[in-house]
Amino acid sequence: MMKNFLMKRFLPALFLIVFSDAWSNEARPLQENVVVEEQVQRLSTELRCLVCQNQTLADSHAELADDLRQEIREMAAKGMSDQQIIDYLVARYGDFVRYRPPLKPATFLLWFGPFLLLIAGGAGLIVMLRKRQRDMNETLLSTEELNKVHELLDKES
Amino acid sequence: MKRFLIPLLIFIVLVAFLGIGLNLDPREVPSPLIGKPAPIFSLARLDDPSKSMSPKDMLGKVWLFNVWASWCGACRDEHPLLVALSKTGIVPIYGMDYKDTRQDAQQWLDMGGNPYVANAFDVNGRVGIDYGVYGVPETYVIDKKGIIVFKQIGPITEEVLRDKILPLVKGLQTQ
Repeated sequence: MMKNFLMKRFLPALFLIVFSDAWSNEARPLQENVVVEEQVQRLSTELRCLVCQNQTLADSHAELADDLRQEIREMAAKGMSDQQIIDYLVARYGDFVRYRPPLKPATFLLWFGPFLLLIAGGAGLIVMLRKRQRDMNETLLSTEELNKVHELLDKES
Repeated sequence: MKRFLIPLLIFIVLVAFLGIGLNLDPREVPSPLIGKPAPIFSLARLDDPSKSMSPKDMLGKVWLFNVWASWCGACRDEHPLLVALSKTGIVPIYGMDYKDTRQDAQQWLDMGGNPYVANAFDVNGRVGIDYGVYGVPETYVIDKKGIIVFKQIGPITEEVLRDKILPLVKGLQTQ
């Protein structure tokens, strides 16, 4: 009876569980606390690794990046907000750790520079077009010249 | 003539900006700690784990704080300079051994000479993070009130020592 049950029900069920794709799932974060992991993930894509400067903390394999991710993880586990954690790192490494520079007098040129260039370019374009318009007006024939042209043309025909 | 002058001027300005950009070192990130009190820590000393070292002990004197490690190649380059500086007695050098093992660090000091008055032992790099360390060696000049006045990222060279650090230290010592 017991053996029968094993063969008919339990083993096929086990077979199904083991080989079904119910197991294939996206890799779960190793840490248990999903909320904390999400925060670490979010922050580490926003922050620069200072060792390999063109990588985020999330991308970098540098040891310092590991340490900083761990530091962020611990702060996140303590319930610190994104802003608090960013402030903590900026206090130590400067605004450079942030991929999005903050808006402040020292970064005004960075933020508004492109618009200034756009305005300057637009102004230059307008000046140039006006000048060209003026030049074109100047090249128009005066009535005197126009009469002369007609005269010549009439003579031809 | 004017036709060519304007593009030429724009070109010269562009080249000037690119030239400046080429000569900047992107590794030199301005430290936000300049002008701020040196972060307080209390770490076990490298030579004797039962003793501790803290920046508070150095209040009242100008001192150099050199972060180093036995695994760091650039530290090897600056080491003879530190040894020479320590022999002049101009300014005390305190060190912090960063993410290292006691044995390796001690061996390194035995071999290369020990310029340090004392060394803190930062085994997990936590204090390093407080100091914004991202590439050893890094050296801080700290004044009598415990304020960080200057930070050198990367090895100290003879030029930096002669032109920046020593004049700064002498100025601070007379304050």
